[in-house]
Amino acid sequence: MNSIALILGLPLIGFIINGVIGKQLPKIVSGLLGISTILIAFILTASKLSQFVSNESFSESLKLFTFLNVDNLVLEASFKFDRLSIWMTMIITGIGTLIHVYSMAYMWNDEGFHKFFSYLNFFVFNMLMLVLGSNFLMLFFGWEGVGLCSYLLIGFWYSRPEYGKAARKAFIMNRIGDLGLLLGMFLLIHQFGTLDYDGVIEGISQGKTSAGMLTAISMLLFVGAMGKSAQIPLYTWLPDAMAGPTPVSALIHAATMVTAGIYLIVRTQVLFEMAPFTSEFIFWIGLSTSILAALIGLKQNDIKKVLAYSTVSQLGFMFVALGCGAYTTAMFHLTTHAFFKALLFLGAGSVIHGVHHEQDIRLMGGLKSKMPITYITFLIGTLAITGFPFLSGFFSKDEILTHVFEHNKIGYGLMVFSALLTGIYMFRMFFVTFHGSYRNTHFSFDKVHESPMGMTLPLIVLAVLSLIGGALNLPEYLTHQSGILANWLKPILTIEETKHAISHSTEYILIGVAILVFVTALLFTRSKYVSNHHVPKDEESTGVQGYMENKFYVDELYNTIFVKPLEGLSDILGNFFESKVISPLSFGINSVLTKVGKLNRYIQDGNIEKYLLYMVIGVVILIGINLFI
Amino acid sequence: MLSIFQNLDISHYIYLSCVLFSIGLFGVLFRRNAIVLLMCIELMLNAVNLLLAAFTEYMGDPNANGQMFVFFIMVVAAAEAAVGLAIIVMVYRNTRKTDVSFLDSLKD
Repeated sequence: MNSIALILGLPLIGFIINGVIGKQLPKIVSGLLGISTILIAFILTASKLSQFVSNESFSESLKLFTFLNVDNLVLEASFKFDRLSIWMTMIITGIGTLIHVYSMAYMWNDEGFHKFFSYLNFFVFNMLMLVLGSNFLMLFFGWEGVGLCSYLLIGFWYSRPEYGKAARKAFIMNRIGDLGLLLGMFLLIHQFGTLDYDGVIEGISQGKTSAGMLTAISMLLFVGAMGKSAQIPLYTWLPDAMAGPTPVSALIHAATMVTAGIYLIVRTQVLFEMAPFTSEFIFWIGLSTSILAALIGLKQNDIKKVLAYSTVSQLGFMFVALGCGAYTTAMFHLTTHAFFKALLFLGAGSVIHGVHHEQDIRLMGGLKSKMPITYITFLIGTLAITGFPFLSGFFSKDEILTHVFEHNKIGYGLMVFSALLTGIYMFRMFFVTFHGSYRNTHFSFDKVHESPMGMTLPLIVLAVLSLIGGALNLPEYLTHQSGILANWLKPILTIEETKHAISHSTEYILIGVAILVFVTALLFTRSKYVSNHHVPKDEESTGVQGYMENKFYVDELYNTIFVKPLEGLSDILGNFFESKVISPLSFGINSVLTKVGKLNRYIQDGNIEKYLLYMVIGVVILIGINLFI
Repeated sequence: MLSIFQNLDISHYIYLSCVLFSIGLFGVLFRRNAIVLLMCIELMLNAVNLLLAAFTEYMGDPNANGQMFVFFIMVVAAAEAAVGLAIIVMVYRNTRKTDVSFLDSLKD
């Protein structure tokens, strides 16, 4: 049997079984079913890897059925394993397995246990469809499917109205982006007559379309990526999405779904290479998102909110890399980010579990003695994201910075600033949570406990991955050859990536700057939060800090510009148009018809003689018409 | 006897069947007894039959298609009378009336 069908089908089967009869199954069965489907998919994917290693142009495809066949347009439900999609599949199923294992312990006491696992499996299925599809249509189905799962899981605890609101917000903001993607797909059909990746690439290489059209298509696709990957101006849903259970935040809103936008652009890099304007646009959007989100993250006190803004900021980093044309680098950062951000989120979940569902870091502190495993793994995650030398994040971020340095010097300065902010907000959160003294008076320190094995084990695995993840793409100055990921992706990147044109000495200086940034952030936060025992205050800050605390009032701005006018319009339509125009109109039509009906009743009174008379009159009229006209 | 009918002008047949048809029609329209109504319908059918037979003879059709039609109409009329009478019997059993002007419960 085709391995693609199995890899796609297993999570779907898990979803159906858990969704239909999950309630009747014992929890252990339901949970193990959820884990094993993903684990088997992971093993199958891993076993495929060897074929890719031995054969450079190896690919495997699966055509299920023809979805649509009109005129010259043929849309097929077909899937394809190539070097890019298998890389993504490894991340999705690998991290997915760990998070499923973690969820089993984390969600054990939740009454929606089986529902949670069925949603999670459905998410994995959709995400795999997104990355494995061999045309834009399959990508779009997966794209919408993961959006749906994201909605369902953000609103998992739907009895809290604000969680439901957060879910709706995520869904609606994603729809805006999806519109862009959809329009981009329509333009592709119009220009190339196909949605196949191969067909589109071939069409571009034949010069079937103008440069302006390519810019338009790539911009529209990027709008889709903006929505899914939470970039300015569509990023505000991601911090709110933290309403969902923590494993969901780790899997969907950090490691996999939000990277779909990056995958889309890497997949269609030819388009973006041919549209320099769009690339430049992506560069600046990514850059401003990374700085804005980092600034907001500095002032957040909810442990998950900090991580959410950090995710937005790191996604900005990836888009910056894409804007520079460094697709391998973006994929590299995507991979390492999936490791350490999943680790951080799961660590945060472990903390929340340990302090009895408290998320405010001001009410934590001193947790390192009580939760040693969480503490150490969280430390590794923090060091990885802030760029401690030779951890995974150090290499990937350094590579991005090098590319930016070549691309744009001002951009480089801003990126260094953003990296500095990353260091500060991460260490701030880390020190406030784990160091100092415990501050929550409602939950005694004695009851704080380390999480069970099911939760710490995934943390340890992810911590190891975060430690050594950099080995996936070691820079040339260390090994004198290009990295594993660069070699891996080379056959499918149709356009040769620009080699670093800068000398080794410049590169060393850049690394020095990166390490300097890390040390500065560490020393600054350490002196503030550890030596001086500073704790973020409760009262409102003023000036710029106030802006940062209130997320620059972006939500309020959107409310004023979009939500309020819309609500006003629906108010007008509801209160005025409906009652004054629509209702009288429909009631008027109704009463006229009733009156006509009443008149007709007099004719049809049930008297057979009258009916006969009408019939005769009718016949006479018909004969008259026949004879005289 | 036969020669008398053959020597009659076609117009006489037309007049006769018109009169018969009209009697039937007016009977249907203005009488109220359901049985009379059925009889009047029969009268109208027979007026048509007469006309068909007359015209067949007048046109000299060797196949006598018109007269064939007359037989069909007679069969149908017999069936119709049987069904109609059965209905009237049932109506009478339920309402003790055969007056059609009271039978208007279908309007509801």
